[in-house]
Parts: sequence; structure tokens; C-alpha cells
Amino acid sequence: MTKVSMTVNGRAVSGDVEGRTLLSSFLREGLGLTGTHVGCDTSQCGACVVHVNGQPVKSCSVFAQDVAGAEVKTIEGMANADGSLSVIQQAFQDHHGLQCGFCTPGMVMSAAALLKENPKPSEQDVRHYLEGNICRCTGYHNIVKAVMAASGQDVSQIAAE
Amino acid sequence: MPKDHGIGASSKRREDVRFLTGRGKYTDDMAIAGQVHAVFVRSQVAHGRIKKVDTSNAAKMPGVLAVFTGEDFKDVGGNPAGWLIKSRNGEAMREPKRPVLAHGKVRHVGDAYAAVVAETLAQAKDAAQQIADDSVIEELPAIVDMAAAVANASNRVHDEIPDNLCYDWGWIEDNRAKVDEAIRNAPHVTTLELVNNRLVPNAMEPRASIGEYFPGTGDYKLTTTSQNPHLTRLLVAAFVLGIPENKLTVVAPDVGGGFGSKIYHYGEEALVLAAAKQLARPVRWTAERTESFLTDAHGRDHVTKIELACEKDGTFIAFRTETMANVGAYLSNFATVTPTFLHGTLMAGPYKVPNVYVNVKTVFTNTAPVDAYRGAGRPEATFSLERVIDKMCRELGLDPFEVRRKNFVTTDMFPYTTPVALVYDTGNYHATLDKAMEMADVAGFETRAAASKAKGKLRGLGLSTWIEACGIAPSHLVGILGSRVGLYDAATVRVNATGNISVMVGAHSHGQSHETVFAQIVADKLGIPEASVEIVHGDTSKIPFGMGSYGSRSLAVCGVAMAKAVDKIIAKGKKIAAHMLEAGEGDITFADGKFSVAGTDKAKTFGEIAFSAYVPHNYPLETLEPGLEETAFYDPANFTYPAGAYLCEVEVDPDTGKVDIVGFYCADDFGNIMNPMVVEGQVHGGVGQGIGQALLENTRYNEDGQLLSGSYMDYAMPRADDVPFYTVDYSCQTPCTHNPLGVKGCGEAGAIGSPPAVVNAVIDALHRGGFTHVTHIDMPVSPSRVWSAIHG
Amino acid sequence: MHNFDFVKPSSIADAVKAMGQDGAQALSGGQTLIPTMKQRLAAPSVLVSLTGIKEMQGVCMGEGGLHVGAATPHAIVAREAKSHYPALAALAGGIGDPAVRVRGTIGGSIANNDPAACYPSAVLGSGATVVTNKRKIAADDYFQGLFTTALEEGEIVIEVVFPIPEKAAYVKFNQPASRFALTGVFVAKFASGVRVAVTGASQNGVFRWTDAENALGRSFNAQMVSGLTVDASEMIGDLHGTPAYRANLVKVLTSRAVAAAG
Repeated sequence: MTKVSMTVNGRAVSGDVEGRTLLSSFLREGLGLTGTHVGCDTSQCGACVVHVNGQPVKSCSVFAQDVAGAEVKTIEGMANADGSLSVIQQAFQDHHGLQCGFCTPGMVMSAAALLKENPKPSEQDVRHYLEGNICRCTGYHNIVKAVMAASGQDVSQIAAE
Repeated sequence: MPKDHGIGASSKRREDVRFLTGRGKYTDDMAIAGQVHAVFVRSQVAHGRIKKVDTSNAAKMPGVLAVFTGEDFKDVGGNPAGWLIKSRNGEAMREPKRPVLAHGKVRHVGDAYAAVVAETLAQAKDAAQQIADDSVIEELPAIVDMAAAVANASNRVHDEIPDNLCYDWGWIEDNRAKVDEAIRNAPHVTTLELVNNRLVPNAMEPRASIGEYFPGTGDYKLTTTSQNPHLTRLLVAAFVLGIPENKLTVVAPDVGGGFGSKIYHYGEEALVLAAAKQLARPVRWTAERTESFLTDAHGRDHVTKIELACEKDGTFIAFRTETMANVGAYLSNFATVTPTFLHGTLMAGPYKVPNVYVNVKTVFTNTAPVDAYRGAGRPEATFSLERVIDKMCRELGLDPFEVRRKNFVTTDMFPYTTPVALVYDTGNYHATLDKAMEMADVAGFETRAAASKAKGKLRGLGLSTWIEACGIAPSHLVGILGSRVGLYDAATVRVNATGNISVMVGAHSHGQSHETVFAQIVADKLGIPEASVEIVHGDTSKIPFGMGSYGSRSLAVCGVAMAKAVDKIIAKGKKIAAHMLEAGEGDITFADGKFSVAGTDKAKTFGEIAFSAYVPHNYPLETLEPGLEETAFYDPANFTYPAGAYLCEVEVDPDTGKVDIVGFYCADDFGNIMNPMVVEGQVHGGVGQGIGQALLENTRYNEDGQLLSGSYMDYAMPRADDVPFYTVDYSCQTPCTHNPLGVKGCGEAGAIGSPPAVVNAVIDALHRGGFTHVTHIDMPVSPSRVWSAIHG
Repeated sequence: MHNFDFVKPSSIADAVKAMGQDGAQALSGGQTLIPTMKQRLAAPSVLVSLTGIKEMQGVCMGEGGLHVGAATPHAIVAREAKSHYPALAALAGGIGDPAVRVRGTIGGSIANNDPAACYPSAVLGSGATVVTNKRKIAADDYFQGLFTTALEEGEIVIEVVFPIPEKAAYVKFNQPASRFALTGVFVAKFASGVRVAVTGASQNGVFRWTDAENALGRSFNAQMVSGLTVDASEMIGDLHGTPAYRANLVKVLTSRAVAAAG
């Protein structure tokens, strides 16, 4: 066991880990931050995406020790300081961008990374950026819509009705 | 002006807040003090005789607490099939035992034949590997291909089933001779052989179970990823482990999608309970994605020959199908009804065809069990019909829109009895077709096709007009057909003393939005704020009973039970109000949350009545019990029949075979709509899965029974950039005639209607490009397959 | 996953030393290695993370062309190589997905030499030089078949040096599930000639399509490819495409890459 320290959602944390302890395990089992989900074994589904030093990372495919000292942000750290939903979270609720909710944490984290990089993404930008986040419920329609809405774009003309 | 609350409003989902902030609680998120970990030892071969399972070394390894093999469970019950299907000759289906852990033989890659429980997951994995190393399994030839399985009587998945045939079913047998004759004499017959590709459901949350045992009381608790906790309780308690139902609580907390795969009881659930009892510690298991691929019940997997007989003008005379349906290695709970009653009864489509006969042979193979997956049987029926109609139109040079119109059951014909024994209560198929054509701007298609051509692409338009049967019931009928359970549902409405409400429903929400939509209905009926209503589901210790959620039944069955329980509350409220207002019960009316004496301004609010029911100081105690809580069970009189028309527009790159969906248009008739936003979301999701089936998802076993597409590296899940925005409409509404909400169900529609629309569009594009030799491409219509068809 | 000792040296020298231990394995971004370890298909006893070595990171112009540190993640290459070598930057920006690009590195990719990976085609197609802690290896000598390279036990890729061509483009046709290249073609036109490298298609891993190189050397024009044939017998056949289909893709994508290179 090795002691690893990092900052998670602005809080300094540390814990004993093995070499093989993945960041996702450290967050879920070590810190009880179970909002980060694990949906596959092959770094494909994206349910486990968190931010490491401001960038999106699949936490199931990085060892906890490899990000020692990093600033990590998880879905639990995405709401506003007063506990209200952030703009992106609110857009997901407003536009029904989630159903079962399992992929949602990764979607929100990826969407946040996208909007930081590209504040006004086109539909194709959003679809391309989210290719590493699999959702089985929504057919992606309302996820794409929510992300575009979160960027301040008018989505009222998008398909439907 | 859209409604802003109650029935018909797009109320935002209350469940979203916890999911968006990481506070959802899925099974694997539960950490229980003292918990230990189970890992299963799974067969690496598709078919093998278990010669030796030696657990002695594993048992001595660090942290190992218990080891289990098939021997330990051979005297407990098997996981049963929910429907007894009879063959054409009247014989009962073959029903091999499905054990908790395999003994004697392993029958598919992933079949668990031993399990280890250890202090840590890593220790359990190490010990499981040790057991695998210490076991001897003599590999037998794998049975993968259905035709070969039936032809080769010497190689058997189950030694007692000589031809690997579960049953040979005909629907309706009395139609057979008449249909044969009609086809013999028809002016035109179109024949199509097709495969409805096997799919892996792939709910994003892998299956997981936690077993607990409380020695002080002898109670068990199973927390599990289930779409229907009561059914799981019944199966694991009464059929498998022999635990009294009242000693077992099953909790299905937040569940990350199901799509059918989490309807069923799986052996892992029984194992964690048995192990928890033996160790008196919580025992947990969570599937890795690979385990999900290997052991979740798959969907579809039909090989079908369909014949369509018609007049030269396209008027349908008869449909005849012969299907082989793969059931895999064991019978999953609904595996036998899916290819039969959920498939054959839909084979008339929305058409007034006089003659239909369906034959289904269901076959055991050394592959994962196959069962209901979103749509379940109805997508298979729709695909066969809509593809063969499309082919017929091309053969006869007929307009596919006109051919549908000519053959639709018309609005004056309801109730309409089909030749395959369903009674459609209502519908308007012309209306949805007209709507879809308007949305898709069919008139402007040629202009768009010319633009595509100019950039070297082939544009095509594909149509599918579909119907489904939802909310499967009534129980007396399904009982005659072979169901071993009833198909009602139940709800309890508990009005608390302060007037807010807890509603315990048998339906389970794993994405369907019940917590929001059911509350809208109750609030609307009682004239109170939605926030005053809490929906409780997924816990057998809290809810009265329930058959869970599948088959688009939550609203049409459980929702109606809930509405009826609310009606009972109102009826009792009127009695209380009559007493308090000193009026006759018949003079009390209830509206907008108030009980009033008709024609007066005397009234009591709902809250006042509730309070009085629990503080019965001024209350008719001699004739009425205190309290305000009502339960209703509802067993529908008939199925509901959602229907619609889907149009898909594609662009095909002839050089690479790549298909891009450039437009998808859905005009659906779901009857009355409770929450438009949620309905749209359900359609989007279903269409997304249908596009996945049509273009991407390819479940392939090789001849040795190894799953070649066993991870997301090879199983192509639809991604955000594979699909377009969908255009969805539900304005054509013919309310269901036999339930008081007038609802039909919308969960599966998208997955049912979309695959043939996509494939028809691709074929249309190729024909417009001059590749008229291409009459069919099996799904998934991958780039390689399209290119090969063009050059074939 | 079997357990192991995790070490994260901060210099190449320390990394080389760590790699000298029994059962040592280098870890770069881990986007392939970690899933492989989860399946217990790889079980190192010491895992040497190369992500903490500053001298192995970054993109800069230097002697021989563009130097890309082996531990540079794809996202950085996509951003920082853009002005120097746009085709390489575009290739890096199309690997995996955004989260994979934050972790995955060029060194990890070419050390693994997955037959469907993108980077080997850029390295081979550019005629790049692979610089290790021991030597410089020409791309033509470096790739030696499926998952096989010229690297020796314990040898670490330090950087890759890309000569900058006059024109270049990479066109990738996605395998629909993994989003690796079902086939990908990197075309680069130098004053000295044209190089065409193909990934994803061949049973022998990345390869140079010399017929196309010769034809395009005569005239750098997409039509020059149309009369050529690709031998399907060497191509991969799997559930995503037949050998004949891949052979077709090689041709189609080469034409498109030439057209895209302009």
C-alpha cells in the first residue's frame, strides 16, 4: 500500500492504495464518491469521466498513483456553491438529457470539458466530442440539445413537434 | 398553450437532480458494513462436460471465505420459464432445468460453474482463477447454427432434448391450410429470407446484486438490478432457493437501464443470497462489461422466411412466415413467449390482410440465453412485414405509400379482429402516415436526392408503418395461452394525515420517469401540487405487489391501477365530506382539490378531509374506517395498440458503403399523452436503439461458440455522432378504449418501427443509384455489407 | 488485475533504471495497456509510468523536423503540431475520443503497434525517426508486424522526429465499435517522392503501399490511384469488413487523402 494524496472537488484527500488501484476505485470505494460510474472495462463508455487538472479523463483507465497531487473534479463537485444545479446540469434537466442517469455523470463532465474548449459548439461539434460517452437511453437527441442550450444557443427550432 | 402541470404537462423530472449531482444510488454504489465479494468461475468453452471442479486449493487462498460449485445447488430448484408454449402437435415445450451454477455440463461461454466469496474482490478473482486452473472440462462440439442444431440429433445442448428443439409453434394452426391455398392461388407472391440480428441489450449499468441475511430474524434481503423486484422475489424465493416469500425483501434501487435484460432472474442473485446466509455477511457481485456481454439475456436472433401474397395492385391476400428463433443455452424467464405470442400475434400488422399463418421453431444452442429486448417479438414481426412489403412494391412497381394506404385497417372497422387473434380497439393508421409524410417533406425528396447525387452520394427514403401490442393482458387469456403468472399490476395510494401522498407502485422506473409522471397523474386527479406526491417503487417491503416494467406496460397497467386507487380515495373522501358537510354522499362533487356540496358554497379541501381521516373527531366511524389509503389491482381487458408511421432518409456513400441517416421522422399514436417531454425521450431512445440494430450492432459467435463481439471494441454501440436529431410527433391520438387514462404505452415504439425504415431507405438509395440487383441486406447494414451488396 | 509496484520516475535515466527490473513494463497513457491488464492479459510486476518525465513531453521544431516527445498526449499534439504539421495534428485529434486523447501518447501507441492504430501510419508515412534511449530507428525499420517493433527489452521511445512534407493528409475510416481505423491512409508528398502508409487493413500491420507511391510520385493526383489494385489476400477479414472491402478502402481512402492534401 502506498499513500496517495490529491485534491478532489477542492478538498485535499489522501488514502492508501495499491499499484493497481484505479482512480475510479479510489473515488468510489476510497472516498465514497459513487457518482462516478464504471460501465465498461475497455475505456469506451465514458461513464467514469472526471476532470484531472481541468481535462477530461476516463478514471477507469488511469491509476490513482499516476495522478497523485492532481486537482480532480467529479460530478459531485459540479453543482453551484449554493447547491443549485450548474448551467450544464440545469440544461440536462430542462431538456430531458437523461433517463436512467447512469451515463449522466460522464456526460456532464465531458460536456463541461467541451464547453470550456469550445463555448459555442455546433451540433456536429457536440456529437463528435461526445463520441466517447455511450448512452443507451436517450438516442442522444436531448443530450446534444442540452449541451447546445447550456452554451447559450437557441435550441427551440431543433426537430421534434 | 401547453399545460404547466398535471396530466399533459412537460413537467421536469424530479429524479434528475440526484442523477445530475452524483447522488443516485445504484446497486454497486451501496457499501454495506462487513461486505464480501463474490466472483464467478465461467466456462471458457461453449459446450463441455464438467469432469472435475477442484476447489480445494482455492479454498485455502488468502481471504477466501467460501467456494460453491454446481453440486451445491443441484438439489435446489431451477430458474423457470414464465410461459408454457405448446407445439403444433399439442406437445408441451421442452423445458430443461436452469441451475444456479452449471453441473454436469457447461452450455455457453460464460456459463458459471463455480463461485468464490472472499474478503476482497482481488482475492476472489485470484481464487476463481485457481478453480478454473484446477478444473477439467472436456470440450464438446459447439452447437451454434440453428439449422444445424435441429438437423444434428447426436449433438445436444441438453442431453435429454434430442433435436435441440424447444417447440414447433403454429399460429394459428387453423389458418394453415387456408393460407397455403391462398398463396398457391395468388397472382403475385413475394418471398424474402432475412435475419433479425441478435442484440446485446447493454444497459449502461452492468448487472449487480447484493445478498444479505439477518440471522436474528431469518430474513433475507436482495438488492439487485431488476426491472421487477416482485417477480424476482417470487422466482428466487419460491422456485429456486425455497425461501418463504415473506422472509425475503427484494430492493431494486436506482437501476441504470434495463431494456428487457433486467426483467429476468439470474443465478447470481440466488448465489449471493445463499452465500450471505452461509457466511452471515453481505455478499456482493457486480458484473464486468465482459460478463454482461456473455451472460445478460440477449435479444432477437430470428432467421425468417416470409411470403406475401397479393393482387397485382398490391392488395394483400396472405402472409406466411417460417421462423427459427434462437433461445440460447437455457430458457430465460420470458424466452418462450417472446418469439411466439409477442411476435406471431402481430404478424397482421396494421393491415386488413385476411390470411396469416406463422410458424416458429425455437432452438437451443450453445450461446447466451435470448429473451425479450426492447420491443420483444414485435420488432421481429414488424421488420419481416415492412421489408417484404417494400420488396413487393419494387417487384410490382407500386408506390409504397399507396400500398400501405390501400391495405390499412380503416377507422370504421374498429374493433377489428385480426386473423392472428388480436382485437385492435382503435387507431388511425392513415393519419399517422399522412403526418409522417408531411414532416419528412416527401414531396421535396427528389430535389434532395438530386443534391446528394451531385456530390456522389445516393439518397434514399424508407417507410415503416407499424403496430404493437402493449400492456400484455388480460390474465385469464394469457393463462389459456400458457402464462404462468398474472399480468395485472398494483398500486397503493397512501394519503398522509397532513395531506401529502405516498404512492407505492408495482412498476419500476429505470429511466422511464415514473417518479415524475405518475406524480403528475395523481396530482392532477386530486387537484393538488405535484410536489405533494411521492412515488415509491422498487422495494417489495414497501409496495403492495407488482409485475414491474417491461412491454410498455408501466402506464397502461400500473398507471391505471394507480388511477383506480386514486378514484377509491376520492370515493372515500366523498363519504367523509358528506359527513362533515352534513350532506348526502350523492350530493358531494370533487374538483380542483375540493369536496363540495353541489349547488352550494359548502366545501372541504382535500387536506381537510385527509386530516379528518386520521384525526377522526368528526367522522362517520360507525360506517367508515379511519385512515385514507387505498390499493387497487388492475388487470386490463385487452392489450393496447400503439401504432405509427416512420420515415427514414439516408445518404449512402457508394465508394465505402457508409450509410448516414440524414433525417428520421416519427408519427406515433400513443393515445393520450401524460408528459410530452418524456414521451419524446422514450421515442428518441427507442429509435436510437433501432438505428443501432439496423446499422451497427452485430452479435457474432464463431463456430466454436466464442463471442466475437464481446466488448465495446467490437460491439458497435450507437454513439452521438452515429445518429441525427429525430423529428417526433404524437398529435394523432386515438385514446385506448378500455383503460380510463386512454393511454397505450410508448416505451418500445421507437425500437419496433425504426429498423425496417432504415433498411428500406438503404435499399431505396441503392436502387436509385442503379444497383437494382440488391433486394435485401441483412442487419446490421454495415459499410462492408453495403459495399459487398453493391459489388455482389 | 494482478497487483504490481507502481513507479513514476522523473527522468529518462531513472526510467531506464526502473525498466531494468524483472517484470518491468513501461506505462504511457495506459489507454490500451490498462484494459489489457484488467483482462489479465498483461501482468507486469513493476509498472513504470513515463508520464512524469518532462524531457519526454512536448512538440517543437528542431533538427530533422518536428520533434514530438514520446509522452506527449494526443490532445497536445493535435493542438501544438497544427501550425507545423497539420496532417499530423489532425491525425492526433482523431484518435479515440477527447478523454482518451488527454492520456494516450504517441510513444505508447507506436510501442504497442496495434495494427489498427493511427499513429504508425503517420510515422511510417512521414518517414519519421524513432529516437529511443539507445538509438535512432528509421520508421521503415521500426514497424515489424502486428504488435511487433524493433524495440528491445527495456528500450524506451524518447521522441519521434517527423520530417515535414510539402503536402500530407490522413484519412481514416472508423471501425464502428472501437473507433480505431478500420483502414486509415497517411499520404505525404516530399520533394524526394511520395510515401503512402496504410493502417488497419493488413494482417501484417502498418505498411507502405509502394504501387501508389510510385504512381503518385509521377503525378500527385487522386486519379493516379484509380488504375491500381490492392491485393486482398493480405488484408484483414473480420466482423467489420471482408478482405476485399478493406482492399477497396485502401484505394478509396488513398484517393481521398491525396485530394485532401491538395
